[in-house]
Amino acid sequence: MAWALASKGRWENNGMTPSAAASTDPRIAQVIRRHGARADALIEVLHQVQELHGYLAPESLRDVATGMRLPLSRVHGVASFYHLFRLEPPTAHRCAVCLGTACYVKGGAQVAARIEQRLGVRLDDPAGDGVWALQHVSCLGACGQAPVLVVDGELMTRLPVDQPEALDARLEAAGLPQRTTT
Amino acid sequence: MPSPVQVRCCDASGCRSAGSQALRNALEGARDAAGLDPSQLTIKPVGCLRLCGSGPLVACDGPGPTQLFGGMAPEQAGALIAAALPSSPAPGSGDPLAAHRLDLEAPFFALQRPVVLEGCGQVDPESIDDAIAFGTYAQLQRVLQELSPEQVRDEVRRSGLRGRGGAGYPTGLKWDTVALQPPGPRYVVCNADEGDPGAFMDRSVLESDPHRLIEGMAIAAYAVGAERGFVYVRAEYPLAIERLRLALQQARSRHLLGNHIHGTSFNLRLEVRVGAGAYVCGEETALLLSIQGQRGMPQPRPPFPAQSGLWGAPTLINNVETFTAVPAILRQGGDWYAAMGTAHSKGTKVFALSGAVVNTGLVEVPMGTSLRTVVELIGGGVPDGSPIKAVQTGGPSGGCIPAERLDTPVDYESLVELGSMMGSGGMVVMGQSTSMPEVARHFMGFSVNESCGKCVPCRAGTVQLAQLLDRFVERRATSADMERLDALCQMVKVTSLCGLGQSAPNPVLSTLRWFRHEYEAACREPSGCVATGRVR
Repeated sequence: MAWALASKGRWENNGMTPSAAASTDPRIAQVIRRHGARADALIEVLHQVQELHGYLAPESLRDVATGMRLPLSRVHGVASFYHLFRLEPPTAHRCAVCLGTACYVKGGAQVAARIEQRLGVRLDDPAGDGVWALQHVSCLGACGQAPVLVVDGELMTRLPVDQPEALDARLEAAGLPQRTTT
Repeated sequence: MPSPVQVRCCDASGCRSAGSQALRNALEGARDAAGLDPSQLTIKPVGCLRLCGSGPLVACDGPGPTQLFGGMAPEQAGALIAAALPSSPAPGSGDPLAAHRLDLEAPFFALQRPVVLEGCGQVDPESIDDAIAFGTYAQLQRVLQELSPEQVRDEVRRSGLRGRGGAGYPTGLKWDTVALQPPGPRYVVCNADEGDPGAFMDRSVLESDPHRLIEGMAIAAYAVGAERGFVYVRAEYPLAIERLRLALQQARSRHLLGNHIHGTSFNLRLEVRVGAGAYVCGEETALLLSIQGQRGMPQPRPPFPAQSGLWGAPTLINNVETFTAVPAILRQGGDWYAAMGTAHSKGTKVFALSGAVVNTGLVEVPMGTSLRTVVELIGGGVPDGSPIKAVQTGGPSGGCIPAERLDTPVDYESLVELGSMMGSGGMVVMGQSTSMPEVARHFMGFSVNESCGKCVPCRAGTVQLAQLLDRFVERRATSADMERLDALCQMVKVTSLCGLGQSAPNPVLSTLRWFRHEYEAACREPSGCVATGRVR
């Protein structure tokens, strides 16, 4: 919601009904062509556009709406509904700490707190410190290896929550910088 | 001719994250170094070998009994190859792998009854040849050539199979409902949007034996008259998606999908649809909207998807485990399946065991097995030997079952009676240090995040419940809060539109029921709470 309000100005000149005349990113057009511009492929198209650009920029959403002949409101509605679609550019590095039940029981919240402290960021603040951000995920289905963490796409398992030094060593090895002094 | 010695390396995502790929490479190197070729010793990537907490797992089949090893490092590849060979001496005191040997006679393995999982850990999930050699697709062929759709549905009805996604609706009845709709197109949909925290059964099946699922879906499609289908998988499972897509492609190229399957008039097109991180899409009406490229918001029922689903056509939706059970039911007969389990819950159920328990992993047991057997005998109890405090089943829609009720048989009705539910099969064990109001708060936070926002009781009610629970977690609640918590839970439960909202209060209600003293102890004036707390 906050995003929609803050970004209002970026939409104004585009109007709410996209026109085919607007220049479309050729790569986005290609993605849409691959799916035959079928309306039911919208989520798949958004996944692939996000893969191209790292997030779904207002211009990208407009291009998708134009290319698929869908109202921009529908495209934006879908993009903002699903948690995995990012409407802001992501930070260069990202950690996702699992706070599913098994990880929670095994100290996932302590892992999150340790990383918050180490990076000097707040959990689920997408802006992070500009380079690193920390978010939570609800379950990665890796419950047998709890607690788990994903650093830039790499799954780290069985983090030693009870041994702060060992945990720090694992985080260090994963490339998490020590931004704040303990 | 199968080679005399086979080394099966778990290549599901759990063991992968523990380094199974490096181990497999090292094993191949060690085999070459030992001067053996693949015809003498096969190294095969397989799916889940169950005990995920001890990965990477390796099983060795030879002339003697199968040996299983856990927590193997690549450096031990040479020793493992030596142990796998028939010439190796019986493991004695000098066994370098003694610490890694897992006892297949231990309850964790011995008490399992693999039906859905019978191919998991046996077949190479990326090879259709291996799946066919294991017997997959044989039932599809038999069904198409020998049975009518009615006969297939009859067999499924006799099996007593009920939906394994959690609600437990009789599968045969659902198939009948779809099949008996007026003529026209029909769809078959597999719900693989396994979102319950603590659940990884479906992920394991998709990663370990995707062809079995495809066979089950194809049989279902034949039984209800569908020619098109979708598997809706959550995006958080990249390996499962990759393997499922590969399996579909292989099945198409073998004409096990497509037109005129096995020379009959039966056609089937199956596609994968990937979710985008919305838990609510596990609810069937939301899932159908998501497949159609829309926001996944639940719709009022009726009409049920069986009457009007994808693009208004009758649509059969079952969960991964339900479809995967079908080929075995057709092979062995519905009566065989119905002979397992309890009066109203037939067959076997797969559970994902995790949390404060020694053996974490996948467990398939007959319905009606007691919770105690699952968590204490199979699971091995809490690692430090302290007593179990509670077992959480059913994810955010379920509840916490206290230790004193562990002798309850696991079936649909018994778990509901205890204020929890079967759910999809996640089972998280909690030790003494886990605070129940905190657990309730944890789940409520989940429901707040995942509420789709369509109906007010869920959208606003879960937020209010979370704030109330905060007061208990921070030990600043009053007796009035206790009353409010009770009342609001009932309101959200009764008035929400879909299952997510209706069941969101369950973790609170069940912990209030069994661990009320912890809520009372969290009040500012505990005595006041006790005085006004309703006795149940």
